[in-house]
Amino acid sequence: METDLNSQDRKDLDKFIKFFALKTVQVIVQARLGEKICTRSSSSPTGSDWFNLAIKDIPEVTHEAKKALAGQLPAVGRSMCVEISLKTSEGDSMELEIWCLEMNEKCDKEIKVSYTVYNRLSLLLKSLLAITRVTPAYRLSRKQGHEYVILYRIYFGEVQLSGLGEGFQTVRVGTVGTPVGTITLSCAYRINLAFMSTRQFERTPPIMGIIIDHFVDRPYPSSSPMHPCNYRTAGEDTGVIYPSVEDSQEVCTTSFSTSPPSQCVFTVTKAHFQTPTPVVTDTLRVPMAGLAFSHQPAALGVGSADLAYPVVFAAGLNATHPHQLMVPGKEGGVPLAPNQPVHGTQADQERLATCTPSDRTHCAATPSSSEDTETVSNSSEGRASPHDVLETIFVRKVGAFVNKPINQVTLTSLDIPFAMFAPKNLELEDTDPMVNPPDSPETESPLQGSLHSDGSSGGSSGNTHDDFVMIDFKPAFSKDDILPMDLGTFYREFQNPPQLSSLSIDIGAQSMAEDLDSLPEKLAVHEKNVREFDAFVETLQ
Amino acid sequence: MNCRSEVLEVSVEGRQVEEAMLAVLHTVLLHRSTGKFHYKKEGTYSIGTVGTQDVDCDFIDFTYVRVSSEELDRALRKVVGEFKDALRNSGGDGLGQMSLEFYQKKKSRWPFSDECIPWEVWTVKVHVVALATEQERQICREKVGEKLCEKIINIVEVMNRHEYLPKMPTQSEVDNVFDTGLRDVQPYLY
Repeated sequence: METDLNSQDRKDLDKFIKFFALKTVQVIVQARLGEKICTRSSSSPTGSDWFNLAIKDIPEVTHEAKKALAGQLPAVGRSMCVEISLKTSEGDSMELEIWCLEMNEKCDKEIKVSYTVYNRLSLLLKSLLAITRVTPAYRLSRKQGHEYVILYRIYFGEVQLSGLGEGFQTVRVGTVGTPVGTITLSCAYRINLAFMSTRQFERTPPIMGIIIDHFVDRPYPSSSPMHPCNYRTAGEDTGVIYPSVEDSQEVCTTSFSTSPPSQCVFTVTKAHFQTPTPVVTDTLRVPMAGLAFSHQPAALGVGSADLAYPVVFAAGLNATHPHQLMVPGKEGGVPLAPNQPVHGTQADQERLATCTPSDRTHCAATPSSSEDTETVSNSSEGRASPHDVLETIFVRKVGAFVNKPINQVTLTSLDIPFAMFAPKNLELEDTDPMVNPPDSPETESPLQGSLHSDGSSGGSSGNTHDDFVMIDFKPAFSKDDILPMDLGTFYREFQNPPQLSSLSIDIGAQSMAEDLDSLPEKLAVHEKNVREFDAFVETLQ
Repeated sequence: MNCRSEVLEVSVEGRQVEEAMLAVLHTVLLHRSTGKFHYKKEGTYSIGTVGTQDVDCDFIDFTYVRVSSEELDRALRKVVGEFKDALRNSGGDGLGQMSLEFYQKKKSRWPFSDECIPWEVWTVKVHVVALATEQERQICREKVGEKLCEKIINIVEVMNRHEYLPKMPTQSEVDNVFDTGLRDVQPYLY
């Protein structure tokens, strides 16, 4: 058994290290794209997957890595580094991580190159896959989009850790000994993200409306060394044609032998290496179909910023279809399509969808008793629209005149304050739930004439308000990152709770006498609370 | 040969038990799975490709990587589900543990049956806590996420030591070392 490396082994080792470096960069950059990665296992060896791992090759990234390496390999004093940094839309940037692939002098002459080294490199890549999801920058990169993007930079040479701030931590992914040295893969990551977190929350989102601001131009010229962690499809490349990377098409067809190592067969052949073109799957665009939204396939980190709002907008509109939203979001097996919206929006959708059922139950509970009227009004946090205010007045005043002969319909609806809010139908089938005019105002319009002019004007303008389409998808004071639509959804849900069976006009089985009998009690309760109602109304005006 | 033993401890809320266990077990199995072996003549074999998949946890702020194999995922989920039920039904202090043992089969002469010799055991100890408010749960989500990050780093450290691994088997012996029952990947026998 030879202890010195023969030329074949040396060549193989160099090749392994080169492709290991390229795959390392791919794994790191793909982990910072901001979305979930999914690749398929294949039981039959295709011969094109280095280290027996299905790691896609993004051509741009390969190109950058090769440019940085410039034909060299990591060696002592010459490390390959991938720097991950964050850049805000205002232009501030901060280094988050430095991943280093280093080589030291400690050699392991005894090790078998084409077998043990290869397998250990494969194991190291798996460890890298796991570790890239574990550092703090991962969660940041999943939320990139509107306010910041994640960039990567590859350089070769001395490791520069100064940009990571004080107290950075290091995690060692692993080491592999080879006859020419020991390969070490590690990551140094920033701890002090305080700068970022305060800046994030300083920005107050717009209260009304959505600014769909397409980033048509890439803010980063291609000549700059920093690159956004985004992915353009082959067709989107702005004329930059990467040299048809013949050498990256080398295929590792490795056969392993179970017999003694001397019989190990190892062949490396040049074969056509298919870079899988990304498939744009529209699973997440279905709910957005209702919007006039032009597809921005290119920039994941930058352009998809604008996806954040529209998707949520659509999600709000389509609150009737939580399942539709949930399924794509939760699906783990969707093939990698970098043109999907960022995870932040997916998370929003999922959260939105999961919020809806819980909000429904919450809202359904609130109008259940008249005593809860205070709760209901308070829960709107004093931001009820004029629509609500007028409705409130109207109802109260009508209640004061209840001893007039009025039809049952009116009675039933008078039983409960805020009956205006009870919609005719239970589901939010309409795209604009707030436009849903409740039955009661129309039926009570004959009554209006007999009431004060305030009431009538309140009633009529209440009807007018029914026609308003209030699109407020960014309620004030809502934070971007934590359940952005929670408050708005809750507010809408509370506006249109499912109709209680007691409110249903179909319950004509209830005799009028019963209703009349129970009225005085209810009146007494309401009159007791008159002051509070008044005070509340004052605050709304 | 001694069996390597690693113990990991986590404190989680009830809903997080499954995901925490799956995260740990999948990470271990990611490192302990290869592609399917295809034996050719002359005693050589080639290896299939292992795909990977990111999995977001619903109840923990955490994402883990697992092997892209639905069969393996199903098998693990089944076992973890049983563990979770057992933990819930046992009442008591909410402590439980589950072990993932990698073993090798050794053919024995008749009349002795085959031996299963473990070479690596991963034990996960779970401590279930009950939380009252939503705020506590939110904090727990983040904390458990951070803890799991540490556990993954621990696992990777152990894997990196490159200690004993069974020798690559010949075709006839592959079932003694690997679980060849799955369609797309081949983990070590566990």
